[in-house]
Amino acid sequence: MFKDLFRSKPKYVTVRPQAVSVKQDASVALWQKCPHCSNLIYKKDLEKNHYVCEKCGFHFRISIAERLHMTVDEGSFEELDTHLESDNPLGFPGYSEKLAQAQEKTGLDEALIVGRAAIYGNPCMLAVTDFDFMAGSMGSVVGERVTRTFELAIEQELPVVIFSAGGGGARMQEGILSLMQMAKTSQAVERHNRAGFLYVSVLTNPTLGGVYASFASLGDILLAEPGALIGFAGPRIVEEATKQSLPKGFQSAEFAMEHGMIDKIVQRKDMRQVLGKILSLHRKGLVSSA
Amino acid sequence: MRNGLFEWEKPLYELELRIAELQKFTTEEDMDLSREIATLEKKADSLRREIYQNLTAWQQVLLARHPKRPTTLDYIEMVFDDFIEFHGDRHYRDDPAIVGGIATFDGIPVTVIGPQKGRDTKENMRRNFGLPHPEGYRKAMRLMEQADKFRRPIISLIDVVGAYPGIEAEERGQGNAIAECIRRMSFLQVPIVCVITGEGGSGGALAIGIGDRILMMEHAWYSVISPEMCAQILWKDSSKAPEAAEALKLTAQDLLKFGAIDSIVTEPLGGAHKNHEEAAANLKQALQENLQLLLEIPADELVEQRLARFRRLGKWRERAVAVYERHE
Repeated sequence: MFKDLFRSKPKYVTVRPQAVSVKQDASVALWQKCPHCSNLIYKKDLEKNHYVCEKCGFHFRISIAERLHMTVDEGSFEELDTHLESDNPLGFPGYSEKLAQAQEKTGLDEALIVGRAAIYGNPCMLAVTDFDFMAGSMGSVVGERVTRTFELAIEQELPVVIFSAGGGGARMQEGILSLMQMAKTSQAVERHNRAGFLYVSVLTNPTLGGVYASFASLGDILLAEPGALIGFAGPRIVEEATKQSLPKGFQSAEFAMEHGMIDKIVQRKDMRQVLGKILSLHRKGLVSSA
Repeated sequence: MRNGLFEWEKPLYELELRIAELQKFTTEEDMDLSREIATLEKKADSLRREIYQNLTAWQQVLLARHPKRPTTLDYIEMVFDDFIEFHGDRHYRDDPAIVGGIATFDGIPVTVIGPQKGRDTKENMRRNFGLPHPEGYRKAMRLMEQADKFRRPIISLIDVVGAYPGIEAEERGQGNAIAECIRRMSFLQVPIVCVITGEGGSGGALAIGIGDRILMMEHAWYSVISPEMCAQILWKDSSKAPEAAEALKLTAQDLLKFGAIDSIVTEPLGGAHKNHEEAAANLKQALQENLQLLLEIPADELVEQRLARFRRLGKWRERAVAVYERHE
């Protein structure tokens, strides 16, 4: 049934990672201050070090282009579903303007892009989120793209890798339709799961709310970048609701690991290799499914 | 609100007082005031309609939160028979913010679950104001999987501001508990009818809101975020909740238009709190109609239809793009 869905659409668009919205900092300063330890880092060094502070290990947020560049085999990424464009279904005040601003700021059309890629020669479907686009929140287009990613992965018998940074959760400007994307995406994950394919969910800073409470926490394997904020209600909301001071490191990747919510914390510099290894270990199951 | 009465109901309340006074006068002083009373009653009737049929989104939200509105256990008692409540998630504890168990509905065994608000302060403290922890969702899921095993239909009654945003709730995996509920409920091979009876707050409601039929009481609300929190995030001012309620399109009428719900259950004029029995009777009738239809559909078809209804949800524009050759 999914075949028809995709056949009627325009075919793949090839995008070289470098061509996708290379984020340019407005400032031309050569130095960047680490927001965690205040260390001044020479920008070229930061870039070389995968945007991780050498001194304290703080992982800077990175653009989708940078993520693709450091994760997938060069030239292997083919972007899909580029023709989906967000609407303002509720006529929500200010939403259209916010979308336009986010597009301007990131050079992307939405908070998440999907496509087919290879990691160390292992083909997979890949989705990557940009937090700078409306806090990486999920509206109809993000939900539809995630859903199609899993559907296409079933059809092409591929694993799925998703880098989430959906700190904004389900996008409130699309109201109930955003909430329903949580159902739609979770169901697509489960179809893919039942077909026997692998889904690796990588939680990057920050993954919260409706994104975490749907597809992002439903992976067979959950990885996280060090220090990534992971949770349902964000720390500020928890603090306000409980009037309690939060424990140190609350909702960090390390906290999630300690409480059994994720499988492994992976340094950014190792991510590509770890993903490659996991994908290749899943290429053929040894136990026959008689 | 004073004495369970909203500000906008005041003119009506005063009119009703007047009528009562005249009636008292009629009996005590033996004077025939029936014409005056009839006139006033006609006026009250039209005022009632005018007030209750033109509620703003925010007024609906307040109605859905009325302290005397029937709770999940109230509905269970009025709509179902032989209810036996079951407890616990088998992992951590029993969450009093969600209740569930087995019962009969029209003679059919069913599983019924739902968040439970307190009916007074003491009960509210015990039930955490009906804000569930992960173990509440895990209990609900356990009971629903039991329903699947024993081929019982599931009725999910939803009245929840949201999943509890607490430290321990996060430590025990609130987000994943919700995600798992959504994922597993989606594939259960028994009919599921969900009813938003009061508040439908975000993921905390959706977690137990995956069904073959999704009904909504007339004055309930269902939204991706509460109006207060939306106003706080957007305008840094939670007192703008009425504007947020309007913008979020969270009323039953709105949701019907978006296809997020299937039908609306009429409430007694002025809200379910005005007449619990009438509200329950309406709910019962709606459940009967919907269950009857669902029981005729084979299990695998049921799941496919359920998935298809969610698959359709979402709205976007399709942009024309250049067509490239497909790379094989």
